[in-house]
Amino acid sequence: MLSSAQLHRRFETGVAWTGSTGLVVLLVLAPLLSLVLYAFDGSFAHWTHLLDNVIPRATVNTLALLAGVGVLVTCIGTGAAWLVSAHDFPTRRWLGWALLLPLAVPTYIIAFAYMDLWHPIGPIQTLMRDVLGIASPRDLRLPDVRSLAGAIFLLGFVLYPYVYLSTRFMFITQAAGMIEAARILGASPYSVVTRVALPLARPAIAVGVSLALLETLNDIGASEFLGVQTLTVAVYTTWITRSDLAGAAQIALSMLVIVVFLIQLEKRARRRQRYATVQRMRPMARTPLKGWHRAIAILLGWIPVLIGFIAPALYLVSEAFKRLDTVGAVSLPLLQAGLNTVGIAAVATVLTLAIGLMVAWSARRIRESASTVTPAQIGARAASLGYAVPGTVLAIGLLAPLLLVDQFLDTTLSLLGFSVGGLLLMGTSAGLLIAYVIRFLAISIGSFEAGLSRIPASIEQASRLLGEPPTRTLRLIHLPLLRPALVSAALLIFVDTMKELPATLLLRPLNFDTLATWLYAEASRGTYEEGAIAALLIVLVGLIPVILLARTQSKPLVPSRRAL
Amino acid sequence: MNVEFFSSAAEAMLAVDRITVSYPGDKNQVAAVKAVSFSLQKGDIGCLLGASGCGKTTVLRAIAGFEPLQSGSISLGGRILSSDKAIVAPEKRHVGMMFQDYALFPHLSVQDNIGFGLRALNKDQRHERVQAMLKLVGLSDMGARFPHELSGGQQQRVALARALAPEPELLLLDEPFSNLDVDTRERLAFELRDILKDTGHTALLVTHNHDEAFALADQIGVMSEGCLQQWASPSALHDAPVNDLVVAVLRRDTLAEKRLAARMRGKSL
Repeated sequence: MLSSAQLHRRFETGVAWTGSTGLVVLLVLAPLLSLVLYAFDGSFAHWTHLLDNVIPRATVNTLALLAGVGVLVTCIGTGAAWLVSAHDFPTRRWLGWALLLPLAVPTYIIAFAYMDLWHPIGPIQTLMRDVLGIASPRDLRLPDVRSLAGAIFLLGFVLYPYVYLSTRFMFITQAAGMIEAARILGASPYSVVTRVALPLARPAIAVGVSLALLETLNDIGASEFLGVQTLTVAVYTTWITRSDLAGAAQIALSMLVIVVFLIQLEKRARRRQRYATVQRMRPMARTPLKGWHRAIAILLGWIPVLIGFIAPALYLVSEAFKRLDTVGAVSLPLLQAGLNTVGIAAVATVLTLAIGLMVAWSARRIRESASTVTPAQIGARAASLGYAVPGTVLAIGLLAPLLLVDQFLDTTLSLLGFSVGGLLLMGTSAGLLIAYVIRFLAISIGSFEAGLSRIPASIEQASRLLGEPPTRTLRLIHLPLLRPALVSAALLIFVDTMKELPATLLLRPLNFDTLATWLYAEASRGTYEEGAIAALLIVLVGLIPVILLARTQSKPLVPSRRAL
Repeated sequence: MNVEFFSSAAEAMLAVDRITVSYPGDKNQVAAVKAVSFSLQKGDIGCLLGASGCGKTTVLRAIAGFEPLQSGSISLGGRILSSDKAIVAPEKRHVGMMFQDYALFPHLSVQDNIGFGLRALNKDQRHERVQAMLKLVGLSDMGARFPHELSGGQQQRVALARALAPEPELLLLDEPFSNLDVDTRERLAFELRDILKDTGHTALLVTHNHDEAFALADQIGVMSEGCLQQWASPSALHDAPVNDLVVAVLRRDTLAEKRLAARMRGKSL
């Protein structure tokens, strides 16, 4: 006889659904397993070489970068959130959503823009010399942006919105009552911040910081343009220039250690958030600012927007128009890269949505009272792991499994009499698509799970009793009700795929460029011809979800993982 | 046991035979329903009565096919629907159910909700049947509305019409009146009995309110702690309750009565 738990588990989800979720989990875990295998397969000569020369320096650089970015995003994000939540001053409402704009600027694009903007003969330093009356660039030496400090500064100013969003949401929903209580108990405005607001915000800050740091770890473009040898860059060069897969896998593994730490940080913070008081949507009373306080608030509040969005965006617009003015049209290869980007992002979006829906659907609860955890639910958690794995690490991990499948396909097909003469996955964009699906599946699973949790189980039961089998119920009932979740997930995945650089660099087929790789190639060659146009296009598309996010800001929206 | 019992059991529409349903607990599994047996004749209205947590809703959900049986069997019109070995999928049972929260599909209009289970009919037949059901529940001019545009009582009627539209062999009603105010509740209880009797449906409802049970049902089962204490007609139950647990369920005083009694004993409540 079956135990009651087994009985219920078997009853909850169909074997076919659970089975396909299992396949998805296998797909997501394959690159991680292959990394481990390759890392320990490699000769120990590599280990010693890497340990002596590469890993220590890259690790120190990476940890310094993470620490610096962590401090900077905490200060900017929390400060900005407190400024617009607790104070009133002219332009506050605009500033509230403008602070989100840097989300539209990928890390490699801000680095790309500031290499020119902050160049000794670039616009900023020229203006400074003009104002100060200095004739030669040699007489005014400012720190070079191509440095660790420069990278920390630039990444901090585009990644702070993660902290701003989560902290602001906490301030909006939870802080009002407690701050009022503290004031009635006699706390001064200053000690309200230190004794109530900041301790309350700590879990939200931790969630935001961990997301920003996962993004930092993922970055390859900015650190490479700015000449910072991080672990990500080391993985890339070890594979590309030395073709040393074992070595790359070893460095990638050490990155995963950092990832695990960051996920832990995020998880613990989210757990603490859950125990926080019941959410009440009541904004806290804002203190109107007067006199020079008001001027300082406006100035401080708009600085992050200026540095993180307005300056680089204006630069890109002016460079793009300059280029279009002199040449008259965009080149054919750039047009092709644009089409490639839209095409592959569209296919990746459809695939990721379909797989995410399948996983979330098989993990749903069909009975209100069910307290058992089904295998499908564990599967849904495991399938969401890809969001945290840096693109470079994912790509290195995928190389071996993809080759294996390619060889298998090749032999099977030639046995059957078909000769494809080449690599089906690696030689086409199929391998790249797989990487995108793994990386962005968490967005799709997360949106669908949130959507499904709002549909009562009785709705599905009613449909079943009226004669519709599960799959038709999915089509007739759940899909129409899930449309808002589907649209927002589609948008986020599309934009994220469009911006993706590290995995695309490693897995794209020969002569296949996306806007991001095009920009990367131009920046590494130092040619700067049409790079600004490509960058501007990416930023413009990236603005769409930011605008939608700004419009729904009053709703509960902590960015779903690395969503934006 | 008399001869009459056996003959009625032979003609029973619904036969629930010693069913046990358990939920997986923290350490050991907990039986929510223990060896419950009863049967219901064609055209009769049965009612399971008991306090919340007594297992009555679990019985209903097991009949609908949403809970697997640990042991025992459920059959409808001679067909075995559930046993410890096999289970017929909910969509193939010809059982209708009115849910406590009505579970109306929010994205479909009233007429599309009612027509949802009528896939076997062609378009004209379906339209005709939907109109007939709307008329039956007195909502003829509401077909184009959406569920959120209706009052609680109207939603309940749509839920009833939707459940009855495919002519189920058995209608299950889970706390049908719990979401309604007192006045609507009384009016609809009699209306519901009339509709069910007129159309000749067999129905089983679940409630914790013994007024509703006595107003609606031909057979009442009193449940307590997962066991069916007694299954009998309202008059038999009233005249000869088998044990104290049944008496306790039937003689549930109102809060006002309890407070009065306490005051008469010289205590405050």
